Amino acid sequence: MDNLLSIVTFIPALAALILAVFLRGEDEAAQTNAKWVAMFATSATFLVSLFILFEFDSSNTGFQFVEEAEWLMGLQYKMGVDGISVLFVMLTTFMMPLVIAASWNVNTRVKEYMIAFLLLETLMLGVFMALDLVLFYLFFEAGLIPMFLIIGIWGGANRIYASFKFFLYTFLGSVLMLVAMVGMFADAGTTDIEQLLTHNFASETFSLMGIQIIGGMQTLLFIAFFASFAVKMPMWPVHTWLPDAHVQAPTAGSVVLAAILLKMGGYGFLRFSIPMFPVGSEVLTPLVLWMSAIAIVYTSLVALVQEDMKKLIAYSSVAHMGFVTMGIFAANQQGIDGAIFQMLSHGFISGALFLCVGVIYDRMHTRDIDAYGGLVTRMPAYALIFMLFTMANVGLPGTSGFVGEFLTLMAVFQVNTWVAAVATTGVIFSAAYALWLYRRVVLGDLIKESLKSITDMTTRERAIFAPLVVMTILLGVYPALILDIIGPSVAALVSQYDTALAAAEAATQMALN
Amino acid sequence: METIILFAPLLGALLCGFGWRLFGETAAMWIATGLLFLSAFLSWIVFFTFDGVTEQIQIMRWIESGSLSTDWAIRMDRLTAIMLIVVTTVSSLVHLYSFGYMDKDPQWKEGEVYKPRFFAYLSFFTFAMLMLVTADNLVQMFFGWEGVGVASYLLIGFYYRKPSANAAAIKAFVVNRVGDFGFALGIFGLFFLTDSIRFDDIFEAVPTIAETQLTFLWSEWNAANLIAVLLFIGAMGKSAQLFLHTWLPDAMEGPTPVSALIHAATMVTAGVFLVCRMSPLMEVAPQAMMFVTVLGASTAFVAATIGLVQTDIKRVIAYSTMSQLGYMFVAAGVGMYSAAMFHLFTHAFFKAMLFLGAGSVIHAMHHEQDMNNYGALRKKIPYTFAAMMIGTLAITGVGIPLTHIGFSGFLSKDAIIESAFAAGSGYGFWMLVIAAAMTSFYSWRLMFLTFYGEARGDKHTHDHAHESPLVMLIPLGVLALGSVFAGMIWYNSFFGHTDQVGKFYGIPYAEAGAAHGGAEAEDHGDDHAATTTESHGEEDAHGGEHHYVFTGKPGEGALYIAPDNTVLDDAHAVPKWVKASPFVAMLFGFIMAMWFYIWNPSLPARLAENQRPLYLFLLNKWYFDELYNVVFVKPAMWIGKQLWKKGDGDVIDGTLNGVAMGIVPFITRLAGRAQSGYIFTYAFAMVIGIAILVTWMTLSGGAN
Repeated sequence: MDNLLSIVTFIPALAALILAVFLRGEDEAAQTNAKWVAMFATSATFLVSLFILFEFDSSNTGFQFVEEAEWLMGLQYKMGVDGISVLFVMLTTFMMPLVIAASWNVNTRVKEYMIAFLLLETLMLGVFMALDLVLFYLFFEAGLIPMFLIIGIWGGANRIYASFKFFLYTFLGSVLMLVAMVGMFADAGTTDIEQLLTHNFASETFSLMGIQIIGGMQTLLFIAFFASFAVKMPMWPVHTWLPDAHVQAPTAGSVVLAAILLKMGGYGFLRFSIPMFPVGSEVLTPLVLWMSAIAIVYTSLVALVQEDMKKLIAYSSVAHMGFVTMGIFAANQQGIDGAIFQMLSHGFISGALFLCVGVIYDRMHTRDIDAYGGLVTRMPAYALIFMLFTMANVGLPGTSGFVGEFLTLMAVFQVNTWVAAVATTGVIFSAAYALWLYRRVVLGDLIKESLKSITDMTTRERAIFAPLVVMTILLGVYPALILDIIGPSVAALVSQYDTALAAAEAATQMALN
Repeated sequence: METIILFAPLLGALLCGFGWRLFGETAAMWIATGLLFLSAFLSWIVFFTFDGVTEQIQIMRWIESGSLSTDWAIRMDRLTAIMLIVVTTVSSLVHLYSFGYMDKDPQWKEGEVYKPRFFAYLSFFTFAMLMLVTADNLVQMFFGWEGVGVASYLLIGFYYRKPSANAAAIKAFVVNRVGDFGFALGIFGLFFLTDSIRFDDIFEAVPTIAETQLTFLWSEWNAANLIAVLLFIGAMGKSAQLFLHTWLPDAMEGPTPVSALIHAATMVTAGVFLVCRMSPLMEVAPQAMMFVTVLGASTAFVAATIGLVQTDIKRVIAYSTMSQLGYMFVAAGVGMYSAAMFHLFTHAFFKAMLFLGAGSVIHAMHHEQDMNNYGALRKKIPYTFAAMMIGTLAITGVGIPLTHIGFSGFLSKDAIIESAFAAGSGYGFWMLVIAAAMTSFYSWRLMFLTFYGEARGDKHTHDHAHESPLVMLIPLGVLALGSVFAGMIWYNSFFGHTDQVGKFYGIPYAEAGAAHGGAEAEDHGDDHAATTTESHGEEDAHGGEHHYVFTGKPGEGALYIAPDNTVLDDAHAVPKWVKASPFVAMLFGFIMAMWFYIWNPSLPARLAENQRPLYLFLLNKWYFDELYNVVFVKPAMWIGKQLWKKGDGDVIDGTLNGVAMGIVPFITRLAGRAQSGYIFTYAFAMVIGIAILVTWMTLSGGAN
């Protein structure tokens, strides 16, 4: 299979096309058909993507399954995966069938809804596989549209505000990236990511309008990319779009947003910022590390006082992404291993937590924490699953949440003990807000009249959680499943980064002498 | 065999927790209990057949990243062996006891199934605790450490309908996390220094660590001292030492068997275990050890003062636990890890028994816990009374002074007090002696208020007070044996002469002064050996034949005793008045208790009236909770709210949306008019926008 990656990427799009062209009507049967088509397509995508995983050679740190083709206007279509991206592809294909299953109760504009999610999957997969700047940009930006529609059409009461906020933040961040991409093309003469990875962007300090720019061109390019990825992550202080987007998005939208879309920022740092602009990265590392540490403490404190379940989990997501950026910019093996692990694990855990909210939202139609209490009496299975993911969210060893947090903290300790100490306080706050949420929703006596007839999870709901439970525990107990795959590529990335920095250092010394 | 010991409880937890629907409630509970008895049985075999040589058993790979390599593995040495029997023995007995105690619990409604859940939690706790004590590296230990934290959280909050239980559960978890913060930083620091988190590698690197300066936060520190303190902060949380102790009394919200197992015998001693496990590091960290000693002694004292006035029977024992843990830390702090382990060992028996006995009283009194409503119970529940009496004799330290005959607490507590004196820690010594007097006072107060005097409180309850069933009395009997004999049987192993202790822990030792046989002996042996013989020439070395010194290197044997650490010998040579002092303190406390609660029962109320501020200060536990509430909890919430409303709302959104762009308000105005049906139009506009951007980019790029 020479174009395995393309097949995986475009199965959902094909299904979306089929739905758009052939499915007519809004009746019950048509809705069921739309759901099954989407379910079938996402499952097929997952199954086919397993071939990528099985045939992936983790000892090879280069790109694999590479496809190249000419495209319109002299652009090239180039796809490929390496140890850094392959698991994000798997995360996406793994989550999507669950997302579709979680949408089984949607009953307005089902066809369009499914089309939006299917297209979104194609675009997200494209982001993680694209090996050409223009192609990457297309996937990266176009992914905004279905998400924008998902929030804007199937969202809550305040969805218009949230969807525009979401769109503007992420879009404006990208404009700078676009400019940087133009600059990169101008400098390197290619948009091929594989070639760009080996290109040396100028890093001599120069002054611009009287300001000394240490790291020169690389710093500027870094900042431009940073603007886009930091918003996507999201990093403090450009995170405020996320809670609003989550709150207004339908459950499935929140799951995709938290589990996959947020990972694009982290992936971007690893694909572009660190390897292509090592000097720029190093210049701004202290800033990024501090932004991460602040994010962890700041958003954890904010999460403590939330009254809306989804908002609380959204803020907790921002805190967890803080660990990711911290790990990436610690720029050592543990840091980047930990960051990738944290992103994947957060995909399962936060996805599951938003699904947990969805379960009771479907029943009670409110996300207000105060509207609940004592659910354990009537929903023991729900209480158990929610407990598991709450514990995973606070980074309990034995769950996947621990490994990423632990590795990133351990990594940053080697770089900056202040940041490590501040970020480690996150383990205290996360326990506080997560357990307090759990207590208010699940524990206590069931006294609210409205909850007296609430029912426990259905078989469909249990089936959605089952794979997530398995992954969370399996990866917590045997993280080698991930670390073995990403390890060699990360090692290559780290050593390349260190070499580049040493070379730049030597060059500066030469210039000084 | 060790693997079976480790995983049997986990299997029990899973089978009981998930399988009870399949094979019924009672069967599920028996499966969990049976598997634990199997564990306990095998543990004793391991303990008795253990030959002192450290052994590692690999189970599976865990976190591997670059130079970090963590395995799931078992480290078998004497420390592990001791902890294995403590944990599995108490746990299996508590399982058995719970059959009686948890039966027909009035907290639950008719038809609610809660017992399998309880047993599953207990077994899960045991598994986590075993992971902690068998860990071969710090990260696996951290797994156990957090695992027991979760089990403790689940069990404290077991009565999930009670708001107070839920609050206590969260408090326990969060306060422990404060300690874990230190523990985690300690692990990071050790990895930074040694590039490994395995005990073997760390111990080997200890001499280097001792010489290293480490920049941490605002200053440069001696690495050994810094790391030791960070790890100890973790221990403070788990073992409820001063400043991180506030969760332990509240943890009494959990069912009483939980208090006995987790909050007395096992989990709370994990901190002591950690310090002993890290003895090679502690030995080269004198300032950190000083800190441990002072904090341990202060905890012993403060907890004892609070224990004097509490009226809830479980809280009295909880403060007593906290105080006894302070004793253990003093022992570890002065370098007598073996004495710390000795007290940990004996304390597990008598404190578990006191708690289970208290549980039996509570059971008899229909879940009444206030001692003001007890009295005159010794005739009604004679077996429980006997057990509590043995427990009290053990904890107060009854024995024959200047001999090695006495209840287990007598031997282990005296060992600690003598060590503190021998190590020259005057503060530690006096604090502990004063605490011993108070221990005696509050323990006897508990006995007198509960079993003597007149029946107080609800008459109906007293009339129906009944002895507990056999499943509850058998564990009491077994623990009573331990409380009486454990000290005398193992005195020499834990606190005998150098060769006896050395043999027990597998620490190499050599004859002082003479030519050494052991190959390890050369380095430190010589010069030191001379001084030892000189300074203790007058001592009646046992049997008068030999005198030995420890010669192990860090990592050899279960403990590391530095060559210049002579506390063990010195402790045997302390003056007679020192050896007798805890006994005198105990007598004093006993007589005071007699006076207050038997001879002159109106005295306590009068004293409380006369010394009201002091009384309130103690009754309110030195106002720690109130203080923390004002200093930490409230400000955290306030800051959270400010950051949310002001930070996110006004500053960030305000700046980004309003001032800098002015776009969002504009668009939301537009959008306000828009129907959702038109949203496709907007999307379409965006697609076109992106297309234009891309085209522009390719064109401008192409121009170059």
